[in-house]
Amino acid sequence: MEMLASNTTATAVRPQARREGLPAALLLAPFALVFLLFFLAPAAQTFYLSLTESSLTRTSGFVGLANYATLVQDPSFWASLGTTFYFALLTVIPLTALGLVMALLVHRFVRVQGWLQGAFFLPYVLPISVMTLIADWMLQPSSGVINHLVGGQRAWLSDVHWALPVVAIGTVWWTVGFNMLMLLAGLRNIPAELYEAAALDGARGFTLFRAITWPALKPVVGTALLLQLIASLKVFGQTYILTSGGPYNTSRVTLHYMYETAFTQSDAGYAAAVAMAFMFVVIALSLLARALAKRAA
Amino acid sequence: MKGRSQLGWTIVAIAAAVLLAALWAFPLLWAASTALRPEHETVSSVFHWLPQTWTLDAFRKTLVAGNMPRWLFNSALVSLLVTLVTMALSLGAAYAFSQLRFRGRGILFGLAMLAFLLPFEALLVPLFRTMHQLGLINSYAGLVLPQVVSPVVIYVFKQFFDAIPADFREAAVMDGANPLRILWSVYLPISGNIVWAMAIVTFIGAWNNFLWPFIIVTSNDMMTIPLGLTQTYDAFGVRYAQLMAAALLGALPVALAYIAFQRRVTQGFLAASGLKG
Repeated sequence: MEMLASNTTATAVRPQARREGLPAALLLAPFALVFLLFFLAPAAQTFYLSLTESSLTRTSGFVGLANYATLVQDPSFWASLGTTFYFALLTVIPLTALGLVMALLVHRFVRVQGWLQGAFFLPYVLPISVMTLIADWMLQPSSGVINHLVGGQRAWLSDVHWALPVVAIGTVWWTVGFNMLMLLAGLRNIPAELYEAAALDGARGFTLFRAITWPALKPVVGTALLLQLIASLKVFGQTYILTSGGPYNTSRVTLHYMYETAFTQSDAGYAAAVAMAFMFVVIALSLLARALAKRAA
Repeated sequence: MKGRSQLGWTIVAIAAAVLLAALWAFPLLWAASTALRPEHETVSSVFHWLPQTWTLDAFRKTLVAGNMPRWLFNSALVSLLVTLVTMALSLGAAYAFSQLRFRGRGILFGLAMLAFLLPFEALLVPLFRTMHQLGLINSYAGLVLPQVVSPVVIYVFKQFFDAIPADFREAAVMDGANPLRILWSVYLPISGNIVWAMAIVTFIGAWNNFLWPFIIVTSNDMMTIPLGLTQTYDAFGVRYAQLMAAALLGALPVALAYIAFQRRVTQGFLAASGLKG
């Protein structure tokens, strides 16, 4: 009986396959075209450009791996990578931990959850420059509200030690809502029966969190950390707008360095090599983080 | 004993909720408090939490002096086009990947999903060169086109179509309807929620996109809000009431969209994120 059933579906599918080829092509063609033009071709071109000494608008001079040879000895590149990692260090764990705290609070105070969730999530839907404009005003040395509260006239954004941490704090305010949302969804997926059963056993408060919430939420926390790591490595706008990479390039991240190389110095070949290295780092770190998460789970 | 520690936790949680909500609301409230005062009060040597004189002057000047109306128009147009085109392309592609049998389906889908792995940022240089060759620098087409490649949306729609029971489609196939018709009259009507959610999220994403307009636009008249707002120092000088008015005006459309469609927005952002787990 089963054999017969699978046989009929097989014969039923075959003539259809021919009939569906044309509609499939029609439906896919528009996407395929933009995908090819604005994704696949640029991806291949990035690699090709990295082997040339092209300028921003003209392709020329195949130079083999020369750009990469320069790259590994370029202190500016390594410094920008270090700055990027430092930014990730300042943001990944704080953003995930704070997102978790916010999610737990929203989950707990059911009666005000709409307001609470709104307050935490709203900044995430705002354009980056709204955040940077407000941050710049709050951090203004002489009449900014931050200096009014802490005293003194510190120029936070041109301070070698403070510039990047301050940008990181602005980023936490701006984007933590997304992590809150993911973790909140994770919390809501935990079956209520689990809590009821544990409560019957006398578990309360923090014990309940440790016995039920945390084990069930761990995979979601892992995902949040991974997505946050990738997002943090791609930092550019915040530092570019708030500090222009300064003071003394101490907040110039890798994408900023790539941008300057391509668009200020018109060295597209070398910028493409920086882009390839950046891509490699992002992909390698996300695969590594995923492998670590799997082993921990 | 147990009751007391329970109470302790409740107090800590309430304190944390109040403190965090206040901290998160403060920057926008402070921007509003600044935007509603006359310019001289922002640099006054005496600090005030609230305006001494309440005025809409800064908002009025912002709308007249700068290029704000033009940037708002550009942002609205570009975001709308990006959303419409992305929805149309992605629904078609997702339906084909989910419901139609054709050669190379697996490879093509894998290729499209490759876009998740490669960061868009790494493609900026060749993308700029492509746009330059096509003569699309400082154009709406140049602003819109690269933003419509959105594998996330295709992935979400495909998941949704995959989960629809086959009977739905088979009944229509029996009636002799062609695949395009089935997508239009059988699948779309039951996909309303997810299409809305992804459309709103795509719109917000396009409205907020800074990086691509920053690369492709050099003319002040073609700027979108996120990019234009970074030029306000040049337009207004260091006038903080006006700068905050500009920031709030730029925030308003997306903030309203979020408040009006809160559930759809959160649903959309979650659908778009759940896949990389």
